[in-house]
Amino acid sequence: MIATELKRAWGYLRQVTGDDAYERYVAHHAQVHADQPPLTREQFFRQRQDEKWSKVSRCC
Amino acid sequence: MTESIMPKTVLAKLVWAGIAILGASAIGGIAIHRGESINAIWFVVAAACTYLVAYRFYSAWICARVLVLDESRATPAERFNNGRDFIPTNKWVVFGHHFAAIAGPGPLIGPTLAMQFGYLPGTIWILVGAVLGGCVQDMVIMFCSTRRDGRSLGQMARDELGPVGGWAAMIGTMMIMIILIAVLGLVIVNAMKHSPWATATVLGTIPVAMLIGIYMRGIRPGRVLEASLIGIALLIVCVIGGGWIDHNPALRGMFDWSGESVAWFVIIYGFAAATLPVWLLLAPRDYLSTFLKLGVVFMLAVSILIMAPEVKMPAITQFIDGTGPIFKGTLFPFVFITIACGAISGFHSLVSSGTTPKLLANEREIRMIGYGSMALESFVAIMAVVAATVLDPGVYFAINSPAGVVGKEAVAAVATISSWGFPVTVDQMELLAKEMGEATLFARTGGAPSLAVGMATIFSTTFGGSLLAMWYHFAIMFEVLFILTTLDAGTRVGRFMLQDLGKHVWKPIGDVSSYPMTVLSSLIFVAAWGYFLWQGVKDPLGGVNILWPLFGISNQLLAGIALSVATGILIKMGKARHSWVTGLPLTWLAIICTSAAVEKVFSPNPAVGFLSGAASMAEKLAAGTLSPERAAVAPQLIIGQRIDAALALLFAIILWIVIIDMLRMSLRIRSGKPVLPLSESGYVKSNPGLATSASH
Repeated sequence: MIATELKRAWGYLRQVTGDDAYERYVAHHAQVHADQPPLTREQFFRQRQDEKWSKVSRCC
Repeated sequence: MTESIMPKTVLAKLVWAGIAILGASAIGGIAIHRGESINAIWFVVAAACTYLVAYRFYSAWICARVLVLDESRATPAERFNNGRDFIPTNKWVVFGHHFAAIAGPGPLIGPTLAMQFGYLPGTIWILVGAVLGGCVQDMVIMFCSTRRDGRSLGQMARDELGPVGGWAAMIGTMMIMIILIAVLGLVIVNAMKHSPWATATVLGTIPVAMLIGIYMRGIRPGRVLEASLIGIALLIVCVIGGGWIDHNPALRGMFDWSGESVAWFVIIYGFAAATLPVWLLLAPRDYLSTFLKLGVVFMLAVSILIMAPEVKMPAITQFIDGTGPIFKGTLFPFVFITIACGAISGFHSLVSSGTTPKLLANEREIRMIGYGSMALESFVAIMAVVAATVLDPGVYFAINSPAGVVGKEAVAAVATISSWGFPVTVDQMELLAKEMGEATLFARTGGAPSLAVGMATIFSTTFGGSLLAMWYHFAIMFEVLFILTTLDAGTRVGRFMLQDLGKHVWKPIGDVSSYPMTVLSSLIFVAAWGYFLWQGVKDPLGGVNILWPLFGISNQLLAGIALSVATGILIKMGKARHSWVTGLPLTWLAIICTSAAVEKVFSPNPAVGFLSGAASMAEKLAAGTLSPERAAVAPQLIIGQRIDAALALLFAIILWIVIIDMLRMSLRIRSGKPVLPLSESGYVKSNPGLATSASH
């Protein structure tokens, strides 16, 4: 019981911080573009960060 | 969604009636209380009940009857799912992202400054402004953007109102960035100048951020959690190390910087963060400050509940007449301008459009994420109210009043403040400064130091008594880090906006892939905010009194643009009867923004009006009655005040252009004339099974 709750909380924490973003991307990629190789972990994070900081993502 | 929004069971009805009555009594208690002090729990209860009732009924009604959210309609995230920026995401995760994005330093600083009027006006405005204005704006804009493939506010203004509205939104957004960054930079300057501990700590956070950046990029790519945990641990080492440096007479002097030096540091930092690759400094520091921000907000809430501190500020002070020391101007309109973030913040409309809508898995989540996040930010503002008002009012005024108002010497300052009926002594202030590990706490304007003193007092009582100085500098580091995030992210985005606008004047500057153009446009943008920051640092009255109202006006201007776009869209959707939902806050903003801008420009009182301020200074300069020190900076300040006047006027004009554009369109609809078509994307049926499987 507590173990499942802890696991869920851990999963939430990983998702909300973006810790598991690459795993999610790879899973998505395998499903939709199985014919092409996915980006590497490094490439993926570089792209994501550049994208995030090219628009308003922090307020006053 | 035609079913009733009212609670169904008798029990539910009773519970909601209870919450409503409890909230109403708490607000009533706060409003009519006239004793020595009042417990902060009343504020927390009043706020929580207000948000709960408004969320449960008002937001539900808007979603069901006005916006008519459609659960069966596929969101942009589902339709364009690319695993990167368009991803259907768990609603609590989106809530976390959205809240972290909207909650900046604004709701902490504005309410702190506005407490010079007493606790009541600010508290009422934070609650009413949020539930009827800010939350509605964020939610409706999020709805509009979700129905338009996640388009930005500027694009929506262009598509729905036409090119005039689009241009006004673009220019307005860039202006607000410039003023916002300048005033936040000034807050940092006032928190760090002549504080070796704070300066050393903040400088230490830069290599920490870079280290984390290198770790996340090269050593363990994308391991956000472990990198952030290492980073937070190192930040705490920075705070302790800063204390060690402060106690070391040889090192201390190296970090004892003047206001001018700190301003240069902020300017160079902003430029560097905007031009360096984001992975090195900007992105890793953002992770750290976001963790710290959420952690501190949570700790503050818990501490206030456990400690239940007494609020010592009176409900209303004599300064509602406009003679306040922190900033000049009467209660109306300036309390509504000073508190923008926390009640209604136009800036949120930039995150609510464009970014968050691309993550929504289902339209029905717009209510919780749009309305709910803003209610939570408003709650942060209420905590800032508590942190500012648990201080003795005399201490609060001694920290926040500029030397130019109360006098440079401690004896003179305490005499002036005590004569207002807020007793404070030199000994008391010296003891407090010593406890906080600072040389002095007099005239530390900008709100950050007084907030840090309030937080340190609250935290040290809850978590450990003797560590006041440590808590104070932890709070300062938290605030500065938090502000630097807005500052460097803002500079970077501002640079892109400048390139986007600039290419209409000179084509080559629009090339975002060219390094020389990156440097050039960053230099121009940093120079723009750097100018206002410098003017603030030189101002003997502290600068915050000029820049903060200007920032408030610009933020409300952006809210006015967003609400105009929203109102126009509602009318086009055939919801004219319900368009008061956004029309009402828009009307109020138009009133306060216009009156504040007119007063700031034309008031004959030189302490309020920019033009009369400049004229009176020019007169004194000519007559030779200024001290040599002031005479040296007077010419700069005179020009500065005239530029401020032009800017305030420009803000009001832009706002009215957009409002008139929206009204023109509405009248055309009313008389059956053609207008731009509603740019909503077509209906696509949602297939949640596909969406969930695709997101895992």
